[in-house]
Amino acid sequence: MVPLSWYLGLSALLFTIGAVGVFIKRNAITIFLCIELMLNAVNLSFVAMSNFFQDMNGQLFVFIVMTVAAAEAAVGLAIIISIFRNRASLNVDEADNLKL
Amino acid sequence: MENVLFIIFAIIAVASALNILLQRNPLYSAVSLIGTLAAISALFITLNAQFIAAIQIVVYAGAIMVLFVFVIMLLNEPKDQPHIDKQRGLRLLAIPVAGLLLAEGFFIVSRVPNLKIPRVDPSDTAFGTTWKVGVGLFTDYLLPFEVTSVLLLMAVVGAMVLARRDGE
Repeated sequence: MVPLSWYLGLSALLFTIGAVGVFIKRNAITIFLCIELMLNAVNLSFVAMSNFFQDMNGQLFVFIVMTVAAAEAAVGLAIIISIFRNRASLNVDEADNLKL
Repeated sequence: MENVLFIIFAIIAVASALNILLQRNPLYSAVSLIGTLAAISALFITLNAQFIAAIQIVVYAGAIMVLFVFVIMLLNEPKDQPHIDKQRGLRLLAIPVAGLLLAEGFFIVSRVPNLKIPRVDPSDTAFGTTWKVGVGLFTDYLLPFEVTSVLLLMAVVGAMVLARRDGE
């Protein structure tokens, strides 16, 4: 039996890697990939807790989180496409004000 | 045994996650993220979450990451594209692999007439199975489940509006 703390530690590690990526990366798509990584890290701790307490609610939450992630990916990528059209660059430093 | 599995998949997940940060080309980052997602999916199976693990592969590694790869290929400047030599050997390998897939398909179809509807036995309704997820989703969480359909509809409309060119 793997201790719960291992799963939570791995989840925290993956979340940290994702958060660091959001801060150090300049490419909008890579930042987006790091956000997906953070969502997955949280999903892992949800499922680990769900198994630890033998309670299905954690897994149902993961289901909802995945739906939201899919919606977020669709809208976010559309925003990235429209930013790219206006600025011809994926660098987030060149898209630092909301006005087009 | 379980600890060994955890360590193997944890190492794969962390290594691919670090690779996302190390790669300069977003396409390679996306492929690394698929590696992380697959490793996390394997960890879900060790946590009695078979349905979630399958959804993770089908929806995340399948649908969402394909969307990412599409957008990366749509937007990348030509200088970012990796130069890949055309490999003649792989092209020749395509025919036997296609034959293998076809044989697999025929094998499965030949088994279909013998299928019987299985009885519901206790292992089908154990913790973490599709059964349990479905019961939870359609009783206690019916409202959130229905609301997600509205959310997805909004995402579809929003994506179309945002990605549309002006004047079309």
